[in-house]
Amino acid sequence: MTSELEGVFAEQNQNLTALNMDVGDEDKGTQFLSFDVGGEEFAVNILSVQEIRGWENPTFLPNSPFFIKGVLNLRGTIVPVMDLRTRFKFKKASYLDTTVIIILKVIESEKERLMGCVVDGVSDVFNMEESEISEVPEYGSGVDSRFTAGVMTVDDNAVTLLELSKLLSLDLIEHPYTGVSNG
Amino acid sequence: MEIDLSQFHEVFFEESFEGLDVMEQELLDLEEDTDLENVNTIFRAAHSIKGGSATFNFNQVAEFTHVLETLLDEMRDGSRQITREIIDLLLKSVDCLRGMLHKLQDGEEVSNDYQELVAYFNELLTGSPDNKNNESSSGAVAEGQTAATLGSNSWKLSFEPESYILQTGNEPLRMFKELTGLGGLRPMVDVSKVPSFEDLDPENCYLSWQLELDTEESEHAIREVFEWVEDDCKLSLQKLGAENAGVSQSSNEVEPASSTVEQAAKVESAPQAISPEAAVDKATDKKLVAIPKAKTPPPKKSNTTASIRVGIDKVDTLIDLVGELVITQSMLGELGDNFDMTKVEQLISGLRELEANTRELQESVMRIRMLPIGFVFNRLPRMVRDLSAQLSKKIDLIIKGEDTELDKTVMEQIGDPLTHLVRNALDHGVESVEKRLAAGKSETGTVTLEAYHQGGNIIIEIKDDGAGIDPDIIKAKAVEKGLISEGVDVPREQIIGMIMEPGFSTAAVVSDVSGRGVGMDVVKRNINNLGGTVDISSELGKGTTFTIRLPLTLAILDGQLVRAADQIYVIPLASIVESIPLSGIQLTRIAGDMPVYKNDGEYIPIVDLCEEFEIETERQTVNEGLIAIVEGENRKIAVKIDELLGQQQVVIKSLESHYKSLQGLSGATILGDGRVSLILDIVGLSRRSSERANKLRNEVA
Repeated sequence: MTSELEGVFAEQNQNLTALNMDVGDEDKGTQFLSFDVGGEEFAVNILSVQEIRGWENPTFLPNSPFFIKGVLNLRGTIVPVMDLRTRFKFKKASYLDTTVIIILKVIESEKERLMGCVVDGVSDVFNMEESEISEVPEYGSGVDSRFTAGVMTVDDNAVTLLELSKLLSLDLIEHPYTGVSNG
Repeated sequence: MEIDLSQFHEVFFEESFEGLDVMEQELLDLEEDTDLENVNTIFRAAHSIKGGSATFNFNQVAEFTHVLETLLDEMRDGSRQITREIIDLLLKSVDCLRGMLHKLQDGEEVSNDYQELVAYFNELLTGSPDNKNNESSSGAVAEGQTAATLGSNSWKLSFEPESYILQTGNEPLRMFKELTGLGGLRPMVDVSKVPSFEDLDPENCYLSWQLELDTEESEHAIREVFEWVEDDCKLSLQKLGAENAGVSQSSNEVEPASSTVEQAAKVESAPQAISPEAAVDKATDKKLVAIPKAKTPPPKKSNTTASIRVGIDKVDTLIDLVGELVITQSMLGELGDNFDMTKVEQLISGLRELEANTRELQESVMRIRMLPIGFVFNRLPRMVRDLSAQLSKKIDLIIKGEDTELDKTVMEQIGDPLTHLVRNALDHGVESVEKRLAAGKSETGTVTLEAYHQGGNIIIEIKDDGAGIDPDIIKAKAVEKGLISEGVDVPREQIIGMIMEPGFSTAAVVSDVSGRGVGMDVVKRNINNLGGTVDISSELGKGTTFTIRLPLTLAILDGQLVRAADQIYVIPLASIVESIPLSGIQLTRIAGDMPVYKNDGEYIPIVDLCEEFEIETERQTVNEGLIAIVEGENRKIAVKIDELLGQQQVVIKSLESHYKSLQGLSGATILGDGRVSLILDIVGLSRRSSERANKLRNEVA
């Protein structure tokens, strides 16, 4: 297990370093991290990425909705993990060597909160000006429109920018038996 | 060669404060039961402080403790009777010493307040009263008059001390005496801030003064008088220009002002005045009164680092763990020296061991932060003693569960709210002796302080057997204040809870009710800031209980690890009554298919953890596994699990920091292998499972 993980990490790190070198001279605009979810490309602002971890089975949370995989130990803090594939209603959700958990952070009511997101693999790091981001065309799709913030074109491929404040919002995660404090 | 002694100062202060705590504790014990061993302990503590302070050239402390020691020596010989007065005096000395040491610790000069105590000690020891002190006050006034007759500058001073000024060991009266030494003083006292008697905190100063001073001295000399209180008061100084001061006026007005101060101080000294066995004559008594109470000064920005005292067993665990770590490290080092691919397995297992060791080490280090709550509780008996004497009530303080461990940070912040609640219980909860007798209760009231772990929380209960809170009066007030509208039926608990609303805490409102509520909103806010809650339950005529519930964010729990399907859960060990294999018992179904276990005539509902938590698993035969009977808030449930694993102490981590709290879980912990395991909250679990059963039944119907 450990050696497998190390392999994955090494690979991911290599990818990232290579990517970083690619974009080293382009420092205009905002930097994004794109990743593969069910064959589609999605992206988040790279500043909201805390770290990337290899896939490991998290601890099951009772009565959790189907897309909450559980919680994992991130150096002593308990971080929930959601599977973006199932959250976005993609059929296939398999766990391969490239499957990773991206730990994303959001600031919610002045408090930083972390959430792990399971994706099929990390793809790219690129720079993009705000003006190059266009709106998502409105038509029905598996991905809740609240979760998307825009569409960008990277190397002729469409990349969907995610709205993390909504995607990671706990209010939008309906978990039975929550919000009841002890006693 | 000179040794820099200052590096040892911190240790000295710490030991001295500890010694003072011991002295205080023993003195209180002494009051109940005269025991030579107590005196010896006090003597030893005083002696170490004396020795230490002499070493570090804190001569005033050494001088003072020396006198103290002489008296203690006489007590030890048996040549001096141990009376309440002596204990009072010694307790005051402890306070005074604490104040002196705090000043030294902050690098300030020690004021000479202690001299009065020393004089009193000498008087006690030699048996001949030292008259010099008695006359000093009138002498000073006379001196002031002569000074004022000379043509001199007139100053207008406005002096508004902070309310805690008396607690810092400063006494306005003394400063005024010093001012009269400079010239004629015409003080005007402002008593507008003095609250009604019920709300009067004897340790607070509610007075402020407008002073007019005729003196030849410079502004600097006047300011010097207030040097020690500069930070603790509002002081303004204005020159009125040269004029001839009215002598007669000055001597007239010194009196009222100083007597007010004395009156304020007298409230504090009430126990002595009331105490029937007052053997000390009035004159000396009064002089004692003038000695300011040198309590812990308000926390200043101090550059000293806080320290923590840790049980040796915790340190031993750490040493063992570090030993393990070193062994693992050397094993890995050896492996690395001549490594080939055949040793990969060995390497992996070594790394895993390293990981486990490190984690365990980390957890042990965390445990060091945990201290028994007794540290906070211990300062309360003294307060209860002083306050009950002052209120002339008879009160027993019972402390339970002082070993309950609590994170240091939480503990530091719970101290003040707790003190406030206990004070309230004494002041407003327990009735006076007459009222108690009239109500058919025993003369002595009881205040119980209890701490324990429950359902992932720390509970601290402050219980009194006093008059209780009358919800009708509260309700009437709430209606009056517009908090609730007339005629609306509000549950009793909610009404009582209103005394902690900010609107209710104004003294005027609450003193009509029962006096409760002063600062209660602050107590509530402080506890809420720690993530806790306060509940009040009160029965008219029977007493009131405040229940503080604090989360165990960092606390440690003795846990039983159990397995349900492939999941490992932690059940708080304290809540487990027993566990029984399913194969050996008879399951019954009652009241519409509810599985129960019959035990000594009581039916305990069975909660299947896999079913309740919707854990995906292959159905097992009914007889496999076992049930753990657990109890929480007097409700028992039988949790069906697959296997009992080991027991271990677990560090509780909050689920809420990054997710939501889930009913039935009090948090999570990290097991030795780095995996997260969830901690069951028995109370929440039984509640939700019964709710779920109800829902299911309704759906079927």
